[in-house]
Amino acid sequence: MPSGADFVEQLKKKFPGKITGANLDAIDPWIEVAADGIVDVCRHLRDDPKLRFDMLNCVSAVDYFEPDAKKAAKVAWQPHIEVVYHLWSVPNKNSLVLKVILPRWKDDRPGEIPEVPSVSGIWSTADWHEREVYDLCGVRFTGHPNLRRILCPEDWVGHPLRKDYEMPLEYHGIRGR
Amino acid sequence: MSSALEDPRIIEFDVRTDEMLVNMGPQHPSTHGVLRLVLRTDGEVVSEVTPHIGYLHRCAEKIGENLTPRQWIPYTDRMDYLAGMNMNLGWALTVEKLLNYDLPEKARHLRVIIAEMNRIASHLVGMGAYGLDLGTFSPFLYAFREREKILNLFEDVCGARLTYSYLTVGGATADLPRGWVQKCEQFLDELMPCIDEFHTLLTENAIFIKRTAGIGVLSPEMAIDYGCTGPVLRGSGVDQDLRRDGEAIYTGMYEGYAFEVIVQKNGHYPQDHQYPPVPPEAVVGDCWHRFYVRMLEVVQSVDLVRQAIDKYTTATGDWGTPVKLTEKLPKGEVYLETEAPRGQMGFYLVSDGSSIPWRARARSSCFCNLSVCPEICKGVLIADVPAIVGSLDIVMGEIDR
Repeated sequence: MPSGADFVEQLKKKFPGKITGANLDAIDPWIEVAADGIVDVCRHLRDDPKLRFDMLNCVSAVDYFEPDAKKAAKVAWQPHIEVVYHLWSVPNKNSLVLKVILPRWKDDRPGEIPEVPSVSGIWSTADWHEREVYDLCGVRFTGHPNLRRILCPEDWVGHPLRKDYEMPLEYHGIRGR
Repeated sequence: MSSALEDPRIIEFDVRTDEMLVNMGPQHPSTHGVLRLVLRTDGEVVSEVTPHIGYLHRCAEKIGENLTPRQWIPYTDRMDYLAGMNMNLGWALTVEKLLNYDLPEKARHLRVIIAEMNRIASHLVGMGAYGLDLGTFSPFLYAFREREKILNLFEDVCGARLTYSYLTVGGATADLPRGWVQKCEQFLDELMPCIDEFHTLLTENAIFIKRTAGIGVLSPEMAIDYGCTGPVLRGSGVDQDLRRDGEAIYTGMYEGYAFEVIVQKNGHYPQDHQYPPVPPEAVVGDCWHRFYVRMLEVVQSVDLVRQAIDKYTTATGDWGTPVKLTEKLPKGEVYLETEAPRGQMGFYLVSDGSSIPWRARARSSCFCNLSVCPEICKGVLIADVPAIVGSLDIVMGEIDR
């Protein structure tokens, strides 16, 4: 990551209120960005002549939810979903990790999946990756040109990488478990 | 009257044709597995390609959340089944990055030997199958004859011919058998003359050049935008190879090795003086260049294996001790990309402190490489679609995971 704490301060100055946190001591340090600021921050990171993060390696989502009530009492975090962006700069050969923290359900209404603006207008890689995240983890990317399921069949119910996902008993006459 | 046409597309626009949807796959032999392409065609010209994937989805990431990292190693084999060793290596290094594991020197060189041998095998399949896509059968047989010898060598090492699970967290599951290194060197000596044969069969072949040169041109900007990696990216003239540019834990493996990234610089490839020159009709970023980069990488890998064997035989230390099957992982998260034969294979591991990862994510190189296909297939002839898809050298197991 380009020179740690200074870099985060610069970003905070440039995007007031949009940088919600950072962890610079982690093995791969990351910066937390507010959902409504992710597009602007990403565009800056790609277009800035010094930074030039022109490649998006990976978009993934991690579901922080413990279905087991006993274990859930012990965990340190509140249930949430993290969308993680791994960026890479081809000219500078360095990487950067961005995170957007989302609630598990939009407005706490179970079944309504959370929303984050799509970055597919900045990196075309995001097109398919965001479809995959939508399909498997249940995050809606607003502004995505074609947000359909990509790995699961179109009529699949649920998002399999959610921790509270239940395998269907039956799918078109095929026994599930 | 001459029957030759300057450009077959010209006549297509003169003849009135209707738009038609053509389904290619999911069982088409040139789609490299179960890939379905829906082509919107107007006569012979393709105006739009829509790939449909997911036929081979086996929930690898969900399984990864229920197994310890070492138990997940066999599942990584089954992602890119043509380069199982490289997939094992990618995941093993990711876990080692989290564990902050220091690998013994001997294990490091052993891994280079194995990973580069698998790269040769994988590129041979890529080359042979590409010939099949274009309608020539013999290169496939020549390539598989050589690949078979590599599989025999791998069988001696770990007993498996396709899904090895040999490289694992903390080194390898066993040392190389006695006498294996000599057999391997003998194989490399036999392989080198065969590479000239491959070049005669395909690279210089006039029909092959006609089918591939100037077809499916991928500009470097577009390649980066779509996250294309590996030979697809280097075929477009972008100088990036993670063996040189990657993270310290991965480049450390190749420390002390002499190799040049296979990319065209000033109109020349490294070591291209030994092999057929770039034909005048080829453009950087077309199918021919992607194929040529793979062919030169075979030679590069042969050289790397030779260097690795020298270092391995004199190295001190152990070949590595695999960590416990249920080794507790420290809390934290890591992401690591390695240079697999088909591109940059990334693994993202989130751990909550138990021995089972909270999240195991695989970033597939072919997934990104295929996503550029609709873009470069616009306006080509139907017969060029297999040529373009074949030049991306995809493995559906890795795309669908």
